[in-house]
Amino acid sequence: MHSDTRAPLGLKLAAIGGLFFLLAPIALIFLYAFSTEEKSFQWPPPGFTTRWIGVTLNRPDVWEALALSLKVAAISTILALILGTLTAAAVARSRFFGRETISLLVILPIALPGIITGISLRSAFSLLDIPFSTWTIVLGHATFCTVIVYNNAVARFRRTSEALIDAAMDLGADGLQTFRLVILPNIATALLAGGMLAFALSFDEVIVTTFTAGNQTTLPIWMLEELVRPRQRPVTNVVAMAVVIVTILPILAAYYLTRDGEHTAGSEK
Amino acid sequence: MLGPSGSGKTTCLRLIAGFEQPTAGHIEIFGERADGVPPYLRNVNTVFQNYALFPHMNVRENVAFSLRVKGMGRAERHRAAEEALELVELAGYGNRRAGELSGGQRQRVALARALVNKPRVVLLDEPLGALDLKLREQMQEELRSLQRSLGLTFVFVTHDQDEALSMADRVAVFADGKIQQIGTSEDIYRRPCSRFVADFVGSSNVIPADLVGAGAAGKWASLRPEDIVLDPAGQEVKVTGRFFHGRVTKLSLDFAGQNLTALVPAHADAPDVGETALIGWDPSRVHIMEEDT
Repeated sequence: MHSDTRAPLGLKLAAIGGLFFLLAPIALIFLYAFSTEEKSFQWPPPGFTTRWIGVTLNRPDVWEALALSLKVAAISTILALILGTLTAAAVARSRFFGRETISLLVILPIALPGIITGISLRSAFSLLDIPFSTWTIVLGHATFCTVIVYNNAVARFRRTSEALIDAAMDLGADGLQTFRLVILPNIATALLAGGMLAFALSFDEVIVTTFTAGNQTTLPIWMLEELVRPRQRPVTNVVAMAVVIVTILPILAAYYLTRDGEHTAGSEK
Repeated sequence: MLGPSGSGKTTCLRLIAGFEQPTAGHIEIFGERADGVPPYLRNVNTVFQNYALFPHMNVRENVAFSLRVKGMGRAERHRAAEEALELVELAGYGNRRAGELSGGQRQRVALARALVNKPRVVLLDEPLGALDLKLREQMQEELRSLQRSLGLTFVFVTHDQDEALSMADRVAVFADGKIQQIGTSEDIYRRPCSRFVADFVGSSNVIPADLVGAGAAGKWASLRPEDIVLDPAGQEVKVTGRFFHGRVTKLSLDFAGQNLTALVPAHADAPDVGETALIGWDPSRVHIMEEDT
């Protein structure tokens, strides 16, 4: 096991300092969600109130933005799961001319700055006379979500032995049965992790969304707009707080899911 | 199917299983055309080199897989799986994960999985390669008696000539993508058709026929190392190497400029390196091959 010598004081201070640097801004967001001052962030907050929670719940623009963000993230993730898995299967499983080039090109959308993706999509949409809508945002998000799913899936495909697929076919399973009974259970956790990451990325995406949205407002865009408008400022903080709490839940879920998975995998050896 | 690595035996097996398609010629399995038929429609099952057990299923689900995809009900297929596990002496292991088993047990699960669907042909791709010697010998005997009692055709790939000779009714020796010789184990061993077969199966001494006094000038002859005996009335050779193997002592000999290998019983007083020895052989043990020198 680990040695139980105690960490030196300097290291402890550095660790505390690092944690403070990372978490203090988030703590401030929580703090100001309860401030009585609504026009500016004033230190220290003049007083505390819980009335902003009620105000937030009654603001229809918050609910609309949240609903749009969830819808976009959900559809982009589903699209990405299908496209990413298929691409990964093709690249990992078969040999064809230009395979290496394609596996590089697939990763490109995430290596390029979001601005480039945004501009190119916007000019493509106007070139094809596609009106901006929820679906143009979905298309924009699906570009990088697909890459995330692809990256997770391709690594797992490479680790899944090709002999397993041969074995399934040998035992009488056709293509669909092989996918359902052998491939899918083996890549499921990779898809779950990739899907959750894609969902989270889409949920807080600002740059590509700015270029591909018409007059739709996703939650991050709504927050950005709210910041420049000094009206009921703590409402933004309440929403931010809700987002933090809501996003921590799937992260914890993923942590416990994969921890259990590792446990079984470990005991198999 | 016996041959060195890269000689085409696994490719041949994959052609029978249906993972590869022939570019020329055709394949028949018990008179039925098999080329063009996908693997899942062939009545042939494979025991893979590294077992290829499904890691997300337990032993019972692994064995019952082929019945499940055929649409057999749960209770029925689990009963069939249990019977197949009994056949390979793994009754009661159904709930274990593949990862919890030893190499030999995994081997048996892979075998049960291939047998449960009652195929006409079972393909085994170097199935014992990963096992240690003792276990391998035990599995060889079990596979052989299982094959006899079930009356199935086993197509067995190996690069181990002992394994091939001791298990097979018919041996096909592969080299460079071609079958060099097909015959019973005795045929292959006693009457190898070429220098390659003579050397690969049993490391024979391949020498010009006239050198061993067999006539047939211009042809190659094969003389098995164990057929060379120490004989006080024999011919003189120089000993260039001496290796004690337990059961036998292997001698490297220089016979008129030709290297010979002889295996003499361990109890014989084998001469040492640098000494001269007198050797002889029964002329009927010299096999003349068709190949010209």
